[in-house]
Amino acid sequence: MIRDFGVVWSERGLLLEGLENTAIIAVVSAVLALAFGAVLTPALRSRHRLPLWLARTFVDGMRCMPFLLLVYVIYYGLPSLGLRLDNWGSGLAALVLYNTAYMAEILRGAWEAQAPEPAEAGVAFGFHGLGLFRRIVLPPLVLAAGPVIGNQMIQIIKDSAFLTTIALSELTHAASSIQSRHYVPFAAFITAVFLYWGLCLLVEAGVSALGRVAEVRR
Amino acid sequence: MAAKILNVVGVSKTFGAATVLSEVSFQVDRGETVCVLGPSGSGKSTLLRCINWLERPDAGDVYLNGARVGVMNDGRLMLDRELSKARTRMGMVFQHFALWPHLTVLQNVMEAPLHVQKRPHAEVRDEALALLAKVGLADKRGAFPAKLSGGQKQRVGIARALAMRPDLILFDEPTSALDPELVGEVLLVMRDLAREGMTMIVVTHEMAFAREVASRILFLDRGKVVETGSPEAFFTNPTSERARQFLQRYADRPIANP
Repeated sequence: MIRDFGVVWSERGLLLEGLENTAIIAVVSAVLALAFGAVLTPALRSRHRLPLWLARTFVDGMRCMPFLLLVYVIYYGLPSLGLRLDNWGSGLAALVLYNTAYMAEILRGAWEAQAPEPAEAGVAFGFHGLGLFRRIVLPPLVLAAGPVIGNQMIQIIKDSAFLTTIALSELTHAASSIQSRHYVPFAAFITAVFLYWGLCLLVEAGVSALGRVAEVRR
Repeated sequence: MAAKILNVVGVSKTFGAATVLSEVSFQVDRGETVCVLGPSGSGKSTLLRCINWLERPDAGDVYLNGARVGVMNDGRLMLDRELSKARTRMGMVFQHFALWPHLTVLQNVMEAPLHVQKRPHAEVRDEALALLAKVGLADKRGAFPAKLSGGQKQRVGIARALAMRPDLILFDEPTSALDPELVGEVLLVMRDLAREGMTMIVVTHEMAFAREVASRILFLDRGKVVETGSPEAFFTNPTSERARQFLQRYADRPIANP
């Protein structure tokens, strides 16, 4: 067994590259999903029927679809419609689309729990449209929703493991390669588990830092 | 004759079946402090909110410095974007403060002048610091609203309104959410503003303040202006039965206003 971990150690370059790719795709997807989710949030609270219906349909559709299936649709399905994305493009698109829905729903929930007065004061002081949303409405939402956004970030990290199925060289893919090359399944996979855990601890640390920022701004 | 800053003409508002305002008309001269009194539910707050179009009046017009608020020349209703300019001319102070929780005290005061009025940062900052000193909160400029007492929050709210250099300020029951011992510090700031000639419309239940500071009383009952006049005339010799009853109820309270 110790020897197996020695084998994994000898392949550390491959594992670290996988870890790096997992971190990159998770961070990029989380940032984009949060940004797109923020854009989608007002539509989820729209008084107009069409934007409300479109946003609702998208959010519910995404939340009810298995993530792996979305990856397959984008990577294997879309080329038959003439849209061909490579494995990085497909993986990123899937993670961003999927989590935009969650982020929008998270922000909508936080919005409903906010007191209406500060936003109303924004209107009374002349803010409107995007400026009102970006400067007055959104910051307290992100602060209030910090822990839930962090939780979703962890979900993104874990979901990114599915991208091994389209040969994206992330952490699970690296562990898989090492095990099939040397037949050390336990050592390879358990090492990957601990590396995922490490990533999630970083997210937790970020969330508690955000929590301290939010604490004084309630 | 002093310049009319605000002219409210026949403003009506209903919510469902309830008529909240019924053809309310009045004018405000530059430098006046108009105190709006009346029983709960008489439409006082709705009147303020119709003036800056936070609520759209069902009928009637509001003119600020002679310009119609909320309606374009061609009769089309203004969008929030088009209302923005008029709103920045009218500061507003809220019952529940409505400070922006993610911004410091200083940032709260600077936010609208910087990002709505687009004035230069250095100028806005100097003015904001001077305003915080004026309301006695210079040492709190880096604090977040959550760390302040109610009275401090409301003084920030007043500084925030002043920072836009408004033509008038709307006060919506500015002391109603405060602990009794904190009411005085806010009323003092408001009295100083009135004396300096700021134009103010104050919805309040503070009778002593209205009597001392108001240039004019507007008494509302069931959405109508029942009586208007000098505080002296209103408090000593109200002409309407409704106003007499209203004042009697205050006089009968076991503890007088602070």
